[in-house]
Amino acid sequence: MILLELFAGFLKVGCFAFGGAYGAIPLIRDVVLSYGWLDDEMLTYMIAVSESTPGPIMVNLATYVGSSQAGFPGALAATLAVVLPSFIIILLVTALLKTVLKNPFVQAVLRGLKPCMIGIILATGVFMIIRNGIVIRDGVLLIRPLLLTLVLGAVYFGSRKIKKGGISPILLICISAAAGIAVPALYAAGG
Amino acid sequence: MSLLLDLFLSFAQVGLFTFGGGYAMIALIENTCVEKKRWITHDEMMNITVVAESTPGPIAINCATYVGYRQKGLAGALAATAGMVLPSFCIIFAISKLLDHFLEITWIAHAFQGIKIAVGILILDAALRMLKKMQKKPAPRAFMLSAFAAMLLINVFSVRISSIVLMLAAGLASLVIFMVNRPAAKGGAGK
Repeated sequence: MILLELFAGFLKVGCFAFGGAYGAIPLIRDVVLSYGWLDDEMLTYMIAVSESTPGPIMVNLATYVGSSQAGFPGALAATLAVVLPSFIIILLVTALLKTVLKNPFVQAVLRGLKPCMIGIILATGVFMIIRNGIVIRDGVLLIRPLLLTLVLGAVYFGSRKIKKGGISPILLICISAAAGIAVPALYAAGG
Repeated sequence: MSLLLDLFLSFAQVGLFTFGGGYAMIALIENTCVEKKRWITHDEMMNITVVAESTPGPIAINCATYVGYRQKGLAGALAATAGMVLPSFCIIFAISKLLDHFLEITWIAHAFQGIKIAVGILILDAALRMLKKMQKKPAPRAFMLSAFAAMLLINVFSVRISSIVLMLAAGLASLVIFMVNRPAAKGGAGK
């Protein structure tokens, strides 16, 4: 049963993930949270791991979620499901030579879909930053996550002003990991 | 047989050596398939990128399926796609067995506290890049903003509405607008 759920869940992701890997993240969050497969925290960690390991991010996430829920068969079911829609769609598009995509009605649907997807990704990013950066515990705003967010944001977006292209996502993840280790260590040292 | 093996191994190499997924992979696929192997032309590569942007699923999978199909039909498509997926499948499967144990180590847990902030920043950045490329017209802006607002509300109040519903609604709305405007435009041109 869990295999079937994994397959169905990631088939949905594969069918609707327009706009590449980051387009898939809101959908994967949807599916994973609604089935209760992982919590938001664990999923966020895994997004970072997927970004830092080779291969398509969507495939990496599917393999991980599948494996965490049902071992090797789960990983296989989820990975197959996320790949299958684009595989079939490309076979069809190649056979029909893009006439489908040039159809004015299909174009009209895509004109609505694409900006909608951008809005969804934007909302997901903003929500994750606010939730991880503004943490209120016992009625007190925690300084560390807020500071970390501001510094990492400044480093990532600021680096583009200095060097064209700025720092890479993997480098940002490395810096953020180092900062995550350094900040509590400094506190422990009495800083 | 050797062509199938060549397709499989070439895409396995792309899958093994590209980090960050999506557009990072296109450069390496182009290098392998257009320059080294001459399986497809540069123009075909451009076309497939455009098609990949308008169809769901991982862009790398779209490219692999297309190139494989062009070279050796369905068997070729299967070989190339399997090659693309296999390396990350193995790596992530191994990681999924270890991640829970890793997170019990204090400093690694701290590192991930930093990393989860970086993930939010990366998602925001991806959305902002897409936003820059979006047409600066009222219609896409309206679609983007309503999707943004709806998705933010869904997240904040943890409502069980899938982002797929938003996308279907946007596609449908866009189609309706197109069909309503079409006769009017024709009539206007007739006068």
